[in-house]
Amino acid sequence: MIRIAKRAKMSKAKSAGIRLLAILLALLTSAVLIVLALSLHPLDVYIALFKGAFGSAYRIREVVESATALTIVSLGITIAFKMQFWNIGGEGQICMGAFFASFLALNFPEMSKPLLLTLMILAGMLGGGLWALIPAYFKAKWRTNETIITLMMNYVALKWLTYLQFGPWKDPNALGFPKIANFADNAILPEVFGVHIGWIFALILVVLVSIFLNHSKKGYEIAVLGESENTALYAGVNIKRTIITAVFISGALCGLTGMIQASAVNNTLSVEISKGIGFTAIITTWLGFLKPAFILVVSILFAALVQGGSFIQTAVGIPQAVAELLQGLILFFVLGCEFFIRYKVVLEKPLFNVRRGTKE
Amino acid sequence: MDVISMKGITKIFGSVVANKDIDFEVRFGEIHALLGENGAGKSTLVNMLSGIYTPDSGSIFIREKEVKLTSPRAAIDVGIGMIHQHYKLVEIMTALENIMLGQKGGGFLRANIIREKIEKLSQRFQLGVDLDKKVYEMSVGEKQTLEILKVLYRGANILILDEPTAVLTPQETEKLFQVMNRMKDEGCAVIFITHKMNEVLRISDRLTVLRKGQKVKTLETKSTNTKELAELMVGHPVNLAINRVETVKGKVLLEVKNLTCVNEEKVQVLKGLNFTIRGGEILGVAGIAGSGQKELCEAIAGLYPVKDGEIIFDEENIVGLTPRQIITKGISMSFVPEDRLGMGLVASMDIVDNMILKDYHKQKGFLINRKPAAEKAVKIVKQLDISTPSIHHPIKELSGGNIQKVLLGRELEAHPKLLITAYPVRGLDINVSYKIYDLINEEKKKGEAILFVGEDLDVLIELCDRIMVLCHGEITGIVEAAKTTKEELGLLMAGEKHQDMEGITRDQNS
Amino acid sequence: MTSNVVSFLAAAIVAGTPLLFATIGEIITEKVGNLNLGVEGMMLMGAVAGFYVGLKTGNPLLALLAAMACGAVGALIFAVLTVSLRANQVVTGLTLTIFGTGFAGFMGQSLVGEIAPETIKTFFQPVTLPLLGQIPLLGEIFFQQDLFVYFGYLTAVLMGIYLYKTRFGLNLRAIGENPAAADAASVNITLYKYVHILLGGALCGLGGAYLSLVYVPAWAENITAGRGWIAVALVIFAAWNPFKAIVGSYLFGGLDIIGFRIQGTGFAVSQYFLDMLPYLVTMLVLIVVSMKKSQEKAPPKALSVPYFREER
Repeated sequence: MIRIAKRAKMSKAKSAGIRLLAILLALLTSAVLIVLALSLHPLDVYIALFKGAFGSAYRIREVVESATALTIVSLGITIAFKMQFWNIGGEGQICMGAFFASFLALNFPEMSKPLLLTLMILAGMLGGGLWALIPAYFKAKWRTNETIITLMMNYVALKWLTYLQFGPWKDPNALGFPKIANFADNAILPEVFGVHIGWIFALILVVLVSIFLNHSKKGYEIAVLGESENTALYAGVNIKRTIITAVFISGALCGLTGMIQASAVNNTLSVEISKGIGFTAIITTWLGFLKPAFILVVSILFAALVQGGSFIQTAVGIPQAVAELLQGLILFFVLGCEFFIRYKVVLEKPLFNVRRGTKE
Repeated sequence: MDVISMKGITKIFGSVVANKDIDFEVRFGEIHALLGENGAGKSTLVNMLSGIYTPDSGSIFIREKEVKLTSPRAAIDVGIGMIHQHYKLVEIMTALENIMLGQKGGGFLRANIIREKIEKLSQRFQLGVDLDKKVYEMSVGEKQTLEILKVLYRGANILILDEPTAVLTPQETEKLFQVMNRMKDEGCAVIFITHKMNEVLRISDRLTVLRKGQKVKTLETKSTNTKELAELMVGHPVNLAINRVETVKGKVLLEVKNLTCVNEEKVQVLKGLNFTIRGGEILGVAGIAGSGQKELCEAIAGLYPVKDGEIIFDEENIVGLTPRQIITKGISMSFVPEDRLGMGLVASMDIVDNMILKDYHKQKGFLINRKPAAEKAVKIVKQLDISTPSIHHPIKELSGGNIQKVLLGRELEAHPKLLITAYPVRGLDINVSYKIYDLINEEKKKGEAILFVGEDLDVLIELCDRIMVLCHGEITGIVEAAKTTKEELGLLMAGEKHQDMEGITRDQNS
Repeated sequence: MTSNVVSFLAAAIVAGTPLLFATIGEIITEKVGNLNLGVEGMMLMGAVAGFYVGLKTGNPLLALLAAMACGAVGALIFAVLTVSLRANQVVTGLTLTIFGTGFAGFMGQSLVGEIAPETIKTFFQPVTLPLLGQIPLLGEIFFQQDLFVYFGYLTAVLMGIYLYKTRFGLNLRAIGENPAAADAASVNITLYKYVHILLGGALCGLGGAYLSLVYVPAWAENITAGRGWIAVALVIFAAWNPFKAIVGSYLFGGLDIIGFRIQGTGFAVSQYFLDMLPYLVTMLVLIVVSMKKSQEKAPPKALSVPYFREER
């Protein structure tokens, strides 16, 4: 028979090894699926995935761009998750951040570039932050379940952008095509080393969020509150204010990403602005163990995976959704492997003298 | 004849050896006490009889047949029924539903047939329970009776009671002892786990002492005494007396006037409490669990809403202040809940991060400096002999006793003006418990006012200056510790008002 | 006017049926103590599997079986991770949604634009029930529906009886409230959890299949459009009671189609705002429910807490 027992603490190297093994198993499992469902050679698919991500300067640039977005959103989500506030409204917060920033970009194209961009960044953060404040307010006031509210607000934000794109903000010069006008040059973020400046923002934010979570008073309060509301109350933490602040920051980082996507990547606002980043970021956040440095690494890998995924569609002719499947599988395996880090499975020999009327 | 015989039982959790090579025998028709300090391995041992744990090595014989008890079902099939310390009842269900739980039989519930059977059984053992009452509406005593009825209904004739008296009044304990004796007369075997030596001497026929996971001895109850038992439990002679330090009482530091609180369901949980504590005085609080102790502690600390009344601390009404303002005024509150974690500590953080919990906000600036806290952590680890791999180890991986020492260490180190401490020695070894009493007395000598909420009436009587008894959120009496008896406290705990409450108030003012 | 209202209400029931299946599925799952946020994913898996098999075989029953099996497979992943391996339930559920979306996208790539075969459409034609269908108004609303809708009524009622009147229901509710108590009473917790989580997944799969096979009835990407999440909210709205879930589901079914109906009346509101309605009302409902708390309406006490006997 099998018995489960708690493990004494495991070495870092060993636990890292188990996690790597889990990722390999995920790749292996999906390889089997690829063979069975598509009768393709899995290695071909993985090579195509890799080529799609790093095969040319252009593709690397794309990977850096989406890694930037993923990192910043994941950092935002980390702050909320640390507090056990399940913010799955990243999509909506990205949309609203982009909306606020686009409002400035479309209405004040004449403003000087530095001023306009600064204002757009602030507006983006404000937009995302305010959108996140709604569930935070109700959570703080009545403990309303934030998971579903943040999720519902994704749909509302999306419908709002759809309304703008097909209605009042529709570009009259687009010959009836439902799109919003492109931003003026002043509203587009500059490039550094061939990639928009957002990647520098992401790196700076990794450091800032890391300091915030591990060394600041607010970060400490967020961690305490995440563990137990009673303890936080006991320690004199102002619970409502902490929830509101943390979730605002969380939303603001998502909103900032919305601004970056609208300004530097799309050069306009559209319903496709968020591209599922808000969801993928949940995976990267968890795989990064809510630690900013890890999140950066995981985000780059996932950006490559997504990028490669869109390439294999044309290269090997399989649906892009394979990448999504693979993401899910990887997280499944890593979630599962945590068990083997915390516990050990003990095999027991059956009792030798069963015939003496032993009950099993 | 031995009904139970355990041979060479060993059980290891992670790196902790909970039971090591234990032999243990119980006969039919006897009450057998299992005695030992917390962490001695009593619960682990009986949990292997009730099918909750399986031994790593060793064998178990029931009625001289070897068995492998891999599940609670297997245990009940051989007639072993366990009454756990924390009742295994579903709160929102009725007594009847709780008894029906997990029963074999047809798909649909046939309540009436089962009801008849239960009623016959409860008559035979004289266990009265209202079968349609929901568990969350029951008193502790009723819940315990229900637990016993539940295992009897399942056909148990070997009963294991894990710390059954911990939450009962002396009078309820008396009733339980009668039930135990009746079971013994019916030929059942009863295993009684406790750390209260006087109860063992009163009720048991034989007893077995465990220490640090190993068996020390099995002996006839008639041939032993408290002193010997304490030595067997601890491993060396112990002085069981607590000093009541005599101090010059200072001015009144805390005055509670007509304190009333209601819970979320609008039920009054504190009903017009009036009392005072002077500097250099320990006021004990006695009462059945859930009589308002928690609410009282939390109300003073600003964590529980006060409906009516005043809490005057140092000549200022602190009702309505935030918890942080109250901490700053010099009030420290530590409440050790049953699971020992919960409020007061952050399980996944290390000792250092737990040290700063109540004073991190006093630091200037945006960031936290953890150096002073690390020094404090080192000091407390040393002073209270906390066993931990390092001060940077998550406390949830420490044992219950060590976790608790972290909490108490921090609170005592704060040197408050008013120290509120509830169940500080819950589950600690005798030695550490006495260390804690000493530290509390140290604080008393410094002129602090101390509110001490306790379970053990003997300790309350020896340690405190006065004892306040709560029942259903009301004060049923405040008595001089030196002049009271356990019987008097028991009556007060059961709700009988002190005949001379006026006199008590006079005593206080003198 | 009356006939308009009646046809609206009858249509609300149709629109509410996928919600009903998913909500009942999630109630069973949560009652046994597991919070599965993968409803949306399981619905999508069921929708695509049901549609695929329906298209290939033209057999409605095989299609439904496939949908149930596929939803249950999604739930199986969740059960292995959260019950046996004790992973975080919230994150596992979210991942299941992402996975299910990917799965449906992958399988559905070649199905986009396909329409459900005639055999299936005919099979799910509305059928007027004898006697009941003749009742004025009520009969028209409730008893002139397709077989799937009737199956929905039956499922909800049976689940209600199962939960509250049978031994199994008692045991499973006890697990959700206090697994240690159920364990001590020798209820096989792991078995109960697996069985009911899988059953919940199968019901979610059925809810998805209703969308792709009957409601639309064609394949479209992201066919569920957040209905899985609305179902999770409906569980709270229904206070974990299958009977109340019936009311809630049809109410939200009504909300789902009200935009379309209002458009028809020429009322000048942008369609996009009307599309927001179900989501906005879901939020509103959650907020209102959270404003008042009571013992009876509380979630199962051990919800989303993993249970493990040897833990200490």
